[in-house]
Amino acid sequence: MISMRRVAIVGVGLTKVGEHWEQSLRDLYAQAVLNAISDAGLELKDVQAMFIGNMSSGCLQGQEHLGSLLATHLGIQGVAAVKVEAACGSGGAAFHQAVLAIASGYYDLVIAGGVEKMTDVGTEYLTSALIMADDQEYVASTGISFAGLNALIYRLYMEKYNVKQEDIAQFPVHEHYYAQFVDHAQYRYPITVEQVLRSTVVADPIRLLECSPTSDGAAAAVLCPLEMAKEIRGDCIVEVVGSALSTDAISLNERADPTTFTATVKAAEKAYKMAKITPQDVDVVEVHDAYSILGIIDLEDLGFAEKGRGVELVKEGEIAKEGRIPTNLSGGLKARGHPIGATGIYQIVEIVKQLRGEFGKNQVDNAEVGLSQSIGGIGGTVIVNILRRLR
Amino acid sequence: MVTPSCPRVWREQKYKYRLVGVRCNRCGSIYYPLVRVCSKCKSTELTPVELPRKGILLSYTIIHYPPVEFKKYAPYAVGLVELENGTKVIAQLTDIDFSELKPGIKVEAVFRRLREQGEEGIIEYGIKFRRALE
Repeated sequence: MISMRRVAIVGVGLTKVGEHWEQSLRDLYAQAVLNAISDAGLELKDVQAMFIGNMSSGCLQGQEHLGSLLATHLGIQGVAAVKVEAACGSGGAAFHQAVLAIASGYYDLVIAGGVEKMTDVGTEYLTSALIMADDQEYVASTGISFAGLNALIYRLYMEKYNVKQEDIAQFPVHEHYYAQFVDHAQYRYPITVEQVLRSTVVADPIRLLECSPTSDGAAAAVLCPLEMAKEIRGDCIVEVVGSALSTDAISLNERADPTTFTATVKAAEKAYKMAKITPQDVDVVEVHDAYSILGIIDLEDLGFAEKGRGVELVKEGEIAKEGRIPTNLSGGLKARGHPIGATGIYQIVEIVKQLRGEFGKNQVDNAEVGLSQSIGGIGGTVIVNILRRLR
Repeated sequence: MVTPSCPRVWREQKYKYRLVGVRCNRCGSIYYPLVRVCSKCKSTELTPVELPRKGILLSYTIIHYPPVEFKKYAPYAVGLVELENGTKVIAQLTDIDFSELKPGIKVEAVFRRLREQGEEGIIEYGIKFRRALE
């Protein structure tokens, strides 16, 4: 990033993830932004631009044009504000755009936000909305669901690497354990492998307790140039040291090996290079496990395990708080919840809180470098962000 | 749900009713669905080509919670099929008992009803796969 400005995060905010029957999309988004602005010790009038991660407001609320809508609701119409859409990776993509906006010198104070309101419609309507992340003409027209796409990969993975479902099922169990201690998580109770394997089949072989839930939520981060950050908050500054977005063929049938997400591998390589680190230098991670199998594949594609060995990291406790690569201590998409376009921003907020030492019972000792990975569709877009705490 | 549209279905007939992809005139790579530019050699000269109708099942799933326009068909199976020339296709599996589903079985393309667009739309047809008749 030579000749570009260094970028810092000076404020973060979120709402609890869950079923917010009494709150609308704009209510949730405004609360997250107000929380982030307050955390930064700033005022809304300081904001120059907003990038809003959201996938399906058009389908679920009949509402597009979120930039103007949400700027109006926050009383800051006049700022530059647009929705950023990259399916389930919309939040990560919005954050990436906010980083570019600060690094380029174009804006000095930018909100990277994300919001999704999923409980306004019934499950089958939601299923129709989510499959729009894949090719409507060729893939959605087969009747496959998003869980079904993951199921195709799940079966290929088990066969290729001789891995059992009971091993993959340990990933959501790990996440539910940690979600007990996360105030904003949707499901704050533990589950067992036996419960996962006994739960309803959603898309064979994927079972209900391997799927991220239907969630409402919003999250926001305040970004500015590093030099400005030192004036805004003296205590603990978090710098964005790597941010990369990569695409891949949109549908898994167009890839040589659907058990690897090439977009993750490429985005991670670039982000590690920008940050001048290797996977071994990462202290805390949030990966995009929309389904249990993705958590395993993510660990491998990000360079934390060899292909086919991801489950060993889980079984050996390496992704636990005290492990070598603490992962999804927020509860992840499964237990914190997955308000689609907001999830990538939740991950950023959680990593920032870890680096500031504010993550409560799940705090990783002296975490300095954190990584978040946000996936759009079945790996058609992946965003990897690397954050570092400055002393 | 996808908005009912007659023009869309009419436009898609030419490649939905048969398995049609494209072959790169320069390097011979085959793409399904069709692309405008070859990702391997970047050629813009690609010719439509009809793909083999037989292949093997690589992976499958059974959909229990379908998108709304498929609700009345559930549960149904969807597979990842590798055609005889190596091209991979995602398609619904039909005329098959779920107990017969297994990676490696031989399958073949058949013409079937895909979905209905409700009272104001039309019926969409296209390709599904069934167990190959010996």
